[in-house]
Amino acid sequence: MNKIFLVASREFKTRVQKKTFLLSTIGLPILIFGFYALMIYFQVKTTDNFKVAVSDQSKLFNEKIDDKKSTEVIFSFIDADTASLNKKLNNQEYDAYLFIPNGYNLQSGEPQIAFKSSKALGLMTREKIENRISNALEEKKLLALNISKGQLDSARLENNAINFTTNDGKKDNETKVGISYAVGMIAGFLIYIILFVYGTMVMRGVMEEKVSRIAEVIVSSVKPFELMLGKIFGIGAVGLIQFIIWIVLVFGLQFLIPVLFPDVAAQMQSAPIQPGAMGAATAVKESGALQGIMAGLAEINFTLIIGCFVFYFLGGYFMYAALFAAVGSAVNEDPQDAQSLLLPIMMPIIFAMVIMTKAVNDPNSTLAIFGSLFPLTSPIVMMARVAHGVPDGVTVVQLIASMALLVLGFLGTTWVAAKIYRTGILMYGKKVTWKEMWKWAFKNN
Amino acid sequence: MHNILELKNLQKHYATQKAVDDVSFSIKQGSIFGLLGPNGAGKTTLLRMITGIFYPDSGDLLFDGKPFDPQNDFVHIGYMPEERGLYKKMKIGEQAMYLAQLKGLSKSESLEKIKYWFKKFEMESWWNKKVEDLSKGMSQKLQFVTTVLHEPKLIILDEPFSGLDPLNANLIKDEIYGLAQRGSTIIFSTHRMEQVEEICDHIILMNLGKKILDGTVTDVKQQFKENKFNVQFKGQPTALVSPIFTIEHQEKQQLIVKINEGYTSNHVLNYLLQQDVLIERFNEILPSLNDIFIHLVEGSKATTRAFQNN
Repeated sequence: MNKIFLVASREFKTRVQKKTFLLSTIGLPILIFGFYALMIYFQVKTTDNFKVAVSDQSKLFNEKIDDKKSTEVIFSFIDADTASLNKKLNNQEYDAYLFIPNGYNLQSGEPQIAFKSSKALGLMTREKIENRISNALEEKKLLALNISKGQLDSARLENNAINFTTNDGKKDNETKVGISYAVGMIAGFLIYIILFVYGTMVMRGVMEEKVSRIAEVIVSSVKPFELMLGKIFGIGAVGLIQFIIWIVLVFGLQFLIPVLFPDVAAQMQSAPIQPGAMGAATAVKESGALQGIMAGLAEINFTLIIGCFVFYFLGGYFMYAALFAAVGSAVNEDPQDAQSLLLPIMMPIIFAMVIMTKAVNDPNSTLAIFGSLFPLTSPIVMMARVAHGVPDGVTVVQLIASMALLVLGFLGTTWVAAKIYRTGILMYGKKVTWKEMWKWAFKNN
Repeated sequence: MHNILELKNLQKHYATQKAVDDVSFSIKQGSIFGLLGPNGAGKTTLLRMITGIFYPDSGDLLFDGKPFDPQNDFVHIGYMPEERGLYKKMKIGEQAMYLAQLKGLSKSESLEKIKYWFKKFEMESWWNKKVEDLSKGMSQKLQFVTTVLHEPKLIILDEPFSGLDPLNANLIKDEIYGLAQRGSTIIFSTHRMEQVEEICDHIILMNLGKKILDGTVTDVKQQFKENKFNVQFKGQPTALVSPIFTIEHQEKQQLIVKINEGYTSNHVLNYLLQQDVLIERFNEILPSLNDIFIHLVEGSKATTRAFQNN
């Protein structure tokens, strides 16, 4: 046990002390965050002080479009004809103008309202202007039809929505299913990545030991099995630490957004409490959706999901890492040999990924149940089902059976892999075939 | 001196052949023991069994008088295999510490021993260097240090001098003598016969998995001597014909004679004195281990087997 720990701590230390580790663990999330921050920045910034002259010939608006006090798009009402508006546009007094012709008919929309800008509009700016104008027009239209805002709101579907429940009396709303889908997909995909990234890390570690010819020196003090386990544990610890750092960074950086972009934060806060005007209707709708997501998130059992994630992350990693180690031990100097030997290991992982995408949609299909029980696919597929909750997505019995099978699978692959590893690690010069590896694993030698 | 290691009818089979076929011998504590044989003779397999990497199919292995128990006895063994290497990206000091701790030394013990050996080999300034920055000879020195620093009772060195310049080879050679004097036993496996003659007390020769020769270097040489003598003389050579010996080779003032059955060197000397030859030198020509090796191995299927093995 002491030796496994020694080996594991060496594996851990040499990897954590590398510059690439720091770079990928801390640099990568910061890079991604920086990318998002940049995107948000441009979204916020592009439409600053966009001046629009409004010439309201039919006196449709009462000198203002809506109650929004925005610095992004500023509407200023002037009385001018198209010729002088064009001139003002050319002189860059305004960035654009809105011309509402005389005798504009609200119902038919004739003659058409014209909007002209000095240069092509950005997508965001265009959308904002369009939203505000059409919202204002909508309000005017409704008022002309004698419909108040209250009447409209009560007519909206959200207030008398159909009540979806499942057999056990739980609410089964659309957003919750959507969120379960997303959570299952993300969790399954993360495990898929983990298996590949850390599995190949184990394989390369074993290959390094073989290529640098240190394997025989080490196995004269450590049993090959201990060496293999130590390596797997050490790299597993690296993976765990890396993930914890990532999660902490992601959550930590999220709190930075309001600090860096007060505008965005302010918009988020002010949105739900805009009273009166029709323009606020969309805001209310949005915040309703947001509340739905929040409620959906609250209904998801995160303790269960995180618990299962850690279990399947470790279980899947240990099971596959042993196989990757076995392949690494069979490979000689030529890394190309690894490719062909890896294929049978990668197949079930990719297969699991395919089942997982089906299972997030239909967690109780036969394929999903099979995939979540079979140990080579269960770490990925089960995450998709667990996201839908117990017992909606997966029954307790199935979950326990799947976990038990995974443990058995882990013991099985490790036992087989250890036998291949023991022989392979001291074998030089010869290209190893699957047939030979099979012999090493199942023949007594 | 008691035997540190005893092998009794040791066997190890691979799928296609017997790698080690019924080998028995014993090694006295404090001796320097040479394990010789052509490529593919089964030396590495034998050494791997002695180090506990492989288990024998049958036969007994006694270490220090007790049945060999790799789990506990590994601390008393230092093995420098032929296929040896180091972790390239690791610092030299850390690497030595790691290997020492794997041999069961505590952290402080390891540090103390490593410092002692690094000082001895003038390697102190290497501590923070990476292995990939070392030359082959330098990393070989490091490997030797990590093999012996836990003061093992049995040190197994497979081709320890390959790639070393004469200066460093001598340094290691002196260490080997020193370790043997302090009670360690050394098994020395090599193809370089001149090194074996120089260093080893006792040798065995393996071929095709079997032991074909066992004894001290002088015994072996005696066993394979061909009763040849070298005679150096002064003056004009005369026609020397005698039933005592046959002349194998004659130069200006030098003869190589082979003594015939039933006679000794004294008979030759007597005869030469009677012929009034002025003798300057008279010595026996003993076969070199190299000759014996080639003589014994040649003609067997050793070469083909060596290729099958790889």
